[in-house]
Amino acid sequence: MVVWPLLSTLIVLPLIGAAAIFVLHGEEAAVAKSARYAALWTTLITFAVSLLLWINFNPQNPGFQFVENHPWIGETNFTYHLGVDGISMLFVLLTTFLTPICILASWESIQSRVKEYMITFLVMESTMIGVFCSLDLLLFYLFFEAGLIPMFVIIGVWGGPRRIYATFKFFLYTLLGSVLMLLGILALYFATGTTDIAVLLHTHINPALQTWLWLAFFASFAVKVPMWPVHTWLPDAHVEAPTAGSVILAGILLKFGAYGFLRFSIPMFPNATATFTPLIFTLSVIAIIYTSLVALMQEDMKKLIAYSSVAHMGFITIGLFTLTLQGIDGGLLQMISHGIVSGALFLCVGVVYDRMHSREIARYGGLVHRMPKYAFVFMVFTFATIGLPATSGFVGEFLTLVGAFQVNTLVATLATTGIILGAAYSLWLYRRVIFGALTKADLMNILDLSPREVAIFAPLVVVTLWIGIDPQPFFNVFHASVMQLIHQHQLALASSPRSIMLAAK
Amino acid sequence: MIVPALGHLSAALPEIFLALSALVLLVLGAFLGDKATRPVATLSLIALVVAFVLVLLGPDSTTVGFSGLFITGRFAVFLNALILIGSAISLIIALDYFRLQGTERFEFPILVLLATTGMMMMVTANDLIALFISLELQSLALYVMAAFERDSIRATEAGLKYFVLGALASGLLLYGCSLIYGFSGTTNFGHLAAVVSGGPVSIGLLLGIVFLVAGLAFKISAVPFHMWAPDVYEGAPTPVTAFFSASPKIAAFALFIRVMMGPFGHVAIEWRQIIILISLASMFLGAFAAINQRNIKRMMAYSSIGHMGYALIGLAAGSVEGVRGVLIYLAIYLPMTLGAFTVILLMRRKTGPTENIDDLAGLSQQHPLVALVMAIFMFSLAGVPPLAGFFGKFYVFMAAIDAHLYTLAILGVLSSVVGAYYYLRIVKVMYFDAASEPLAGPITRKMAAVLLCTGVFTLFFFANPAPLLNSAHAAALALLH
Repeated sequence: MVVWPLLSTLIVLPLIGAAAIFVLHGEEAAVAKSARYAALWTTLITFAVSLLLWINFNPQNPGFQFVENHPWIGETNFTYHLGVDGISMLFVLLTTFLTPICILASWESIQSRVKEYMITFLVMESTMIGVFCSLDLLLFYLFFEAGLIPMFVIIGVWGGPRRIYATFKFFLYTLLGSVLMLLGILALYFATGTTDIAVLLHTHINPALQTWLWLAFFASFAVKVPMWPVHTWLPDAHVEAPTAGSVILAGILLKFGAYGFLRFSIPMFPNATATFTPLIFTLSVIAIIYTSLVALMQEDMKKLIAYSSVAHMGFITIGLFTLTLQGIDGGLLQMISHGIVSGALFLCVGVVYDRMHSREIARYGGLVHRMPKYAFVFMVFTFATIGLPATSGFVGEFLTLVGAFQVNTLVATLATTGIILGAAYSLWLYRRVIFGALTKADLMNILDLSPREVAIFAPLVVVTLWIGIDPQPFFNVFHASVMQLIHQHQLALASSPRSIMLAAK
Repeated sequence: MIVPALGHLSAALPEIFLALSALVLLVLGAFLGDKATRPVATLSLIALVVAFVLVLLGPDSTTVGFSGLFITGRFAVFLNALILIGSAISLIIALDYFRLQGTERFEFPILVLLATTGMMMMVTANDLIALFISLELQSLALYVMAAFERDSIRATEAGLKYFVLGALASGLLLYGCSLIYGFSGTTNFGHLAAVVSGGPVSIGLLLGIVFLVAGLAFKISAVPFHMWAPDVYEGAPTPVTAFFSASPKIAAFALFIRVMMGPFGHVAIEWRQIIILISLASMFLGAFAAINQRNIKRMMAYSSIGHMGYALIGLAAGSVEGVRGVLIYLAIYLPMTLGAFTVILLMRRKTGPTENIDDLAGLSQQHPLVALVMAIFMFSLAGVPPLAGFFGKFYVFMAAIDAHLYTLAILGVLSSVVGAYYYLRIVKVMYFDAASEPLAGPITRKMAAVLLCTGVFTLFFFANPAPLLNSAHAAALALLH
């Protein structure tokens, strides 16, 4: 029986849309209009197809599903190998879910070179799906890096005043980390004779080599997460990127790093992971506290949310590296939640930016009087980012901290202060923008959410509350895979020479 | 016996055919004068195509001919095919350019043919004498080409500079050859290999190798023998620069690999450090010096210095994987660089050709497709996946890791990040900056075809890399066994 290659379809669909837009020509306004609709339909169809993934996904199976494996580069064993397991499946969905929202969010704010914008966005979507589906390291690297090009263009062409500085910084920082990972991939290839991720997950690697490989992969993922102190590209990139670019950046690209840790570093290099966990905890705790304090002092809304992203990603890395069921479950859920919530917050900034062309917090105040719908939406996401119960942020953060308390109370305690700081900067932002007296003259006539904007936010609000109230469907998806990951990690540690020596003593 | 004699000739058929065509066309041009310009150009192009077919039809197995002076085989077939493709593409774009400039001359295609003959002989050289003769045949044609625009002071200066420095390098090379001969008693690569592997290598022979490496490093413009490259690239007419950046580099590299891996393969441990040093210096100089260039031809010169550094990583690895890596690198570098130079040839203002990087500003709006292709070349030269340039780098770094050259590999990838900056700058100028004055160059059909072919190759190489990888692998095996 020939199984329909669902994952390849998901990767190729946006490219077909991009190609269709590429051949459009004629009068500029007409082309822009058809480009918008073509992009929207392409991404909606891609989303619909990706729902088939969830429907046909077997949550009892901890291994890879929807597998496609074809020879690619003959004699050197690199294959075109795709598949998803519980860990990656939801990220494919997150990607296909956020992209149509981004297209809608760019509907009116992007007026120049619409055709090119839609093409880059669709190419971007294809590479992002590819990253989460790849089961071959070289293929993964190809998608991982290829995504840099469209993002470089999105920030560089449609970004703010300092876009060139920001986009170069983004590109070069990420590239610097990634090329070291490439050498790691090569070293791994020569050590094991394969780049097949499904095989490597069950391959024992010499612990001395593990250390170096772990560091090589860390270089790439730490920049992508981003972890303190290599996070500085993020605020710049976020501030300058167009709204939809920020959404993709915060929603998906940052997840690459955490996903990489969970997919490669933890299962493939268990001994090195045990060695370096304190490093991850230290950097994450510093990130949580330091960037939260920095976020408190920001005057630019986007920059504030960007710093809060760094802090939230700190929770995620702590959760993943606790290697407890709660920690990893929480980290994964927090990744999904953060993808939606931080993306939504950037969209909230985009709404007022489109109207006033300013992101300065002091320019606003008292918006609740003119924009009640907006105030409501903003409130939901502010609560979600703080981690209020019944929102998606609560479940993830709570489980992460439960996991952390089992492993290291000091880390858990310090991380918890981050929640308090997070509440402080988020609520303060909300107060300054939404509440207070409506004194600024030009805010008197500001319009509330248009139907298009309501359509953008409605699905985000629904999902945020859904995860907050009933997270079980999500846990069901990744539970089996996470259990297997933890089990194998413990086995690997137990069988490593050092622990055998310790046991002998 | 006639058959063995013909056997020698048939192995060298493409070279003989090219040399004869060049001579016949020269006579034709001399008698017909200016009328012959167009036909000579067309016939030269046909000659290159015929030679290409002859190369592909030539013997697959390793054949030694002319009393051991020349050797053919899969290695030679692979590189000769590349050289002929490079020469043909360069000739196509050069002819269009000279036509636009009104400086067509029938000598130009003939010089290309002669240089190509020299290059093909370099690839097949199996003796120090053959090496030197073929190198000089190629170089003399190139010196004339560099100064081809006789009325331009810059071109004349470039030609003179190239000639003087090139002669110096030839001198070094010849000195190295004579030392090697003096201390080994033979000029034949096969005999040399026997002498070298026979016992400890004398200091004199090593000194000879060092001089030889210096001469060859000059030809591929590797640091510290790179000084001529930026000036010659800038001064020579742009199509000549395009030609310089492709085929001659490949031929010189082929010779480099053949000499180092053939006769001196057994003493790799002695020369590896030199290659590593040259490679590192080239990569870093190429990356840093290009950053501040305003002239796109100078920038491409530094870019090519850097790329030679990456290719040298494969040679430093000194294994089948390393040679394969170099061959893949060169095969991918060729279309990228020729494509980029085609775009540079299109850079014209009403007043004439322009070479200023800032003049590319706003190209994405005037000529979206040209800008797109150029962006593809730039990302590919920077080595960003999934473009072809990534695979070139990937295979040389693979060889380096396999040979445990970790420091070289790490420094190499770091320099590639620095290098990415200036390639991105071109993309930035084309896409992010507003245009000052539109470029007014006509895009001829041939140039568009060249851009299309090289662009499609660079963009879609990842989809089916196997044919190139397999033939490069076979070529590398043929050289080393």
